[in-house]
Amino acid sequence: MSALLWALLALPLGAGTLLCLGGRGWNTCAPVAAPAAGAATLALAVAAAVARPQASAPLFAGIRAGLRVDGLSAVMVVTVAAVTTAVLVFSAREAGPDENRGRYFGLLLLFAAAMLVTVTATTLALLLMAWEVMGAASWALIGYRWRQPGRARAADTAFLTTRAADLGMYLAAGAALAGGVGSLRLDALPQADGVWLHVTGAGVVLAALGKSAQLPFSFWLSRAMQGPSPVSALLHSATMVAAGAYLLLRLSPLLTATHWAGPLVAWTGALTALLLGAVAVAQRDVKQLLAASTSAQVGFMVLAAGSGGVAAGTVQLVAHAAVKSGLFLAAGIWLTALGTRHLPALQGAARRWPSVGAAFAVGALALAGLPPLSLWAAKDEVLGAARADDPALYVTALAASALAAGYSVKALWYVTRPLPGEPAAGDAGYAGYAEYTAERPGHQQRPARSALLPLWALACAGAGLGVLVLPGPADWLSALLGAGDRPALHPWEAVVSAAVALAAAGAAWTWLPRIARSGDAASRPRPAVRWAERWLGLDRAAHLLLVRPVMALARALAAFDDRVVDGAVRQLGRGGLALARLARRADDGGLDAAVRALAAGARRLGSWARRPQTGLLHQYYAQAVVGFAALTLLVLLVR
Amino acid sequence: MLTVVTFLPLLACAVLALLPRAVRVPDRVCSWVWIATAAADLALVIAVWVRFDPHGGLQYEQRARWMPGAGVSYHVGVDGLSLPLVAMVCVLFLAAAVHMLRETRRVRALACLFLFLQTVGVGLFVALDLILFFVFFDLSIVGMYVVIAGWGHGERARAAALKFFLYTFVGSLALLLGFIGLYLAADPHTFDLVELTRSNPLAGQGLYAGLVLLAVGAGLAVKTPTVPLHTWLPPAHTEAPAAGSAILAGVLLKMGTYGFVRIAMPLLPGSWRQYAPVFVVVGVVSVVYGALVALAQTDLKRMIAYTSVNHMGYVVLAIGAAGSLAGSDAQARSLAVTGAVVQMVSHGLLTGALFLLTGVLYDRGGTYALDAYSGLAAHTPRFAAATGVAAFASLGIPGFSGFVAEFQIFTGSLASQAAATGIALLGILLSAALFLRALRSLFLGPPRLPAGIPLSGLADLRTREAAATYPLLVLALVIGVLPRFLLDVVEPAGRSVTELVAR
Repeated sequence: MSALLWALLALPLGAGTLLCLGGRGWNTCAPVAAPAAGAATLALAVAAAVARPQASAPLFAGIRAGLRVDGLSAVMVVTVAAVTTAVLVFSAREAGPDENRGRYFGLLLLFAAAMLVTVTATTLALLLMAWEVMGAASWALIGYRWRQPGRARAADTAFLTTRAADLGMYLAAGAALAGGVGSLRLDALPQADGVWLHVTGAGVVLAALGKSAQLPFSFWLSRAMQGPSPVSALLHSATMVAAGAYLLLRLSPLLTATHWAGPLVAWTGALTALLLGAVAVAQRDVKQLLAASTSAQVGFMVLAAGSGGVAAGTVQLVAHAAVKSGLFLAAGIWLTALGTRHLPALQGAARRWPSVGAAFAVGALALAGLPPLSLWAAKDEVLGAARADDPALYVTALAASALAAGYSVKALWYVTRPLPGEPAAGDAGYAGYAEYTAERPGHQQRPARSALLPLWALACAGAGLGVLVLPGPADWLSALLGAGDRPALHPWEAVVSAAVALAAAGAAWTWLPRIARSGDAASRPRPAVRWAERWLGLDRAAHLLLVRPVMALARALAAFDDRVVDGAVRQLGRGGLALARLARRADDGGLDAAVRALAAGARRLGSWARRPQTGLLHQYYAQAVVGFAALTLLVLLVR
Repeated sequence: MLTVVTFLPLLACAVLALLPRAVRVPDRVCSWVWIATAAADLALVIAVWVRFDPHGGLQYEQRARWMPGAGVSYHVGVDGLSLPLVAMVCVLFLAAAVHMLRETRRVRALACLFLFLQTVGVGLFVALDLILFFVFFDLSIVGMYVVIAGWGHGERARAAALKFFLYTFVGSLALLLGFIGLYLAADPHTFDLVELTRSNPLAGQGLYAGLVLLAVGAGLAVKTPTVPLHTWLPPAHTEAPAAGSAILAGVLLKMGTYGFVRIAMPLLPGSWRQYAPVFVVVGVVSVVYGALVALAQTDLKRMIAYTSVNHMGYVVLAIGAAGSLAGSDAQARSLAVTGAVVQMVSHGLLTGALFLLTGVLYDRGGTYALDAYSGLAAHTPRFAAATGVAAFASLGIPGFSGFVAEFQIFTGSLASQAAATGIALLGILLSAALFLRALRSLFLGPPRLPAGIPLSGLADLRTREAAATYPLLVLALVIGVLPRFLLDVVEPAGRSVTELVAR
């Protein structure tokens, strides 16, 4: 049975690695091989979801690498594999002939494989491994078109931000071990002792919020829009951002055990849904709008996880994955074809190719939370869980869902305007938006049939997945997830949320023409709007508060290292030389001089001693007389 | 067997060196003799590994009288701590030999020197006698001095080599002092590691034991190197030839950290436990300080040199934490020591690969300055990919050996040293930042090379360069994905070290 599980993970991992290694050499076969690998993975995922295999292997001392497909994992593996397959099929015609398709498809497969391991891992060690590999793959995918420096920088921002949060996971692993959970099994984490339970909880929450682009980490998602659209479609739906939500849903018992983590997570999710919803409303770039909406929608999942609504969060995750990937794929078609991401320039885009436009419309209406589409139903579940937890959370989330209707309708309104005379005319007016450059020069071509198929499949799924909350399927799902009793949904809640969504959507639809006109008049938007458009200045704040001080500190320490630490060593060396010179002087001028003086004295004495030896006899007699006289004198004196 | 492994390179060295001057040996022949010897040595080590019993303690022991009057003997053997390092040393020397295949400057002398260094490197890790250890410890300094001064980048290399020699020589003198302290305390006097470990001569000798640990610790800390005794490292790396840097980082630095695990911890358990917080602090400071200073570097090779300070800091942190009994259990301490040993192997492979790759960069552009290059990935995709993989592996991405090491170090150290480990975690974020910055600067963006070098003639990784680097990365990958083959060997030894420290 475990062979099935290993195959499920090894297939995308192996195929991805091979394609990456092959690179350009496999440009022709990669667009066929990768979707085939994706489809095979999907088949294996479905089989695994039915068979529920598990496997395990020794990893570190006392810590195993465990894998298991349980109820939640079953839902996740199918979702991940399905969205990945859709994105791969879509990309088959997307990547240009001059690009390194082997790398592109290989990385997509590796990325998905990492997500598959993440959602099937049963120990924190293995989960962390997959979690970080996913981050690295996202770096390579966001920076896929690396020749533009901006994209590489965006990839760095995304990787560093998520890794900063990932430190929490390392902390959690150590804390769990210290707290007596030596196996690091996810289901044993709530049993950690004392303070370690809280450290574990804090670490996990930090890592999850970072990966899910929740406040205050949301800004990396804005930068990640520099990646190709299909990458965004995958990254924003079933992988990466979903991973954080998944982790919180999976570790919901841990959140409950700590008491404080549940409310913290719930409130972070609710506030992200609200504030990033506002950010999305303020955007004038379709990809940025969708990105902010991802943060906001994942906020609902996080809210559900924090308030104990595991089933609700899961439905929201699955429904959102289908809706958002479809929206990004549709947007990607327009970006490629029209060469712009700017909303006013995309006027009428939906009318150009009705098949694409209709799919986008279905997705946008679902994202708006309009009944009877999937996210309306899913969000009701989430709202129900929130209401059971804390009425204030419910109100916040309700406001956030009104904003969701607002931003979805905004995007829809622009793309469904009547076609302007010249499609490219819009671009000229927005020369100021240099950063909104197209991913690739626009060439207006019909979207390929192979691209429409996944688009429509995702749109249908996005529309219809709401059935999961109908009484029958909902009970099935609850049993599947082992979520236990769910709070009974009151019919009035569904009516309230539908009314809120409809009202907000209607209001947006009425006001948009006016706002668009005033926007055309080039009046500067109000500061609050600008602040929201710049993602609450989070990027800038991170730069000012963290990046710059750290770089300044690094430079200061480097100078300190050169001048002080190494300077001390050099001074020591110089001191040694000076000491040696001193010793030389002492040696030359002291010791050696004394020795030389001694020698000179001896020589002088010698020369004096030679003086009497004149060789003249009479002088010797005289000396003898003097000597004799002296001796006599001495004898006389002594006696 | 171990004697053959140790002295086979020296034998080849002697043959090459003693051939009469009249016999003109072509450079290619010298290079191939060098490669063949390194490969044969590696094959012998693999044979040793295959027949090694992980739970058998010290194996392949050999003992012969050397200076019986002074308690010195020729005593060698391997256990789970030393075998992985011996294997890593042999792999690295083979990679260096392959990398230097096209060297034109005094090849015969260079081959002799590296073969000599290989004997020294292997000998140190198998030595079970303090004086034998010390002899190899010192000879490594001599050999590396000649490599840097003789084959480095010009005049500055000689200054750097002199600094390296004097600094590390002072360190080894401190080490000798400590060894003599151990010798005098033992009854009967001996330098034998196994006997000293068994008798634990300094148990309960407060200040004296502390002073001996200070001498041994200072000597090893210089070689490791830890902050603040690290400033000989950046100039030595920057001025050394690529293969020399790889050996310096991969082999010589490990002599310091290995000394801690092999000598300081088992021989001075009481003082080690007493002063463990000192090592923890030194380790954490090395981690964070090394990473921050590396982040500010503008020279690729200096940057990698400082990341070595950072990586060795993790090792020191882990072994410090392994000496803190309060709050941690045997599993945590054993994880920390195992992680430290894996980190030594991993750092050898990855930093070795990185230094060989910087050699390629210097070969193409004539400088290590990061801002002199841009967009190299367009013209040298293989080089860019190899460097990218090495950089990600070095910043601890799972799937490579660095993660296996660092995860165990952090997980094992947190219980007893929570605050320190929490701070040290920042190191992996900083090293991610600095490697991504370097990668972006060198390889991404619009293509540009240093002035005067045409883009058109820019060659990608050549076969011999790839043959030297890829195996190191593949090995790091294998350790990262299937770590059991290594951990099965290291873990029992790691456990026995923690038991020795806890006694």
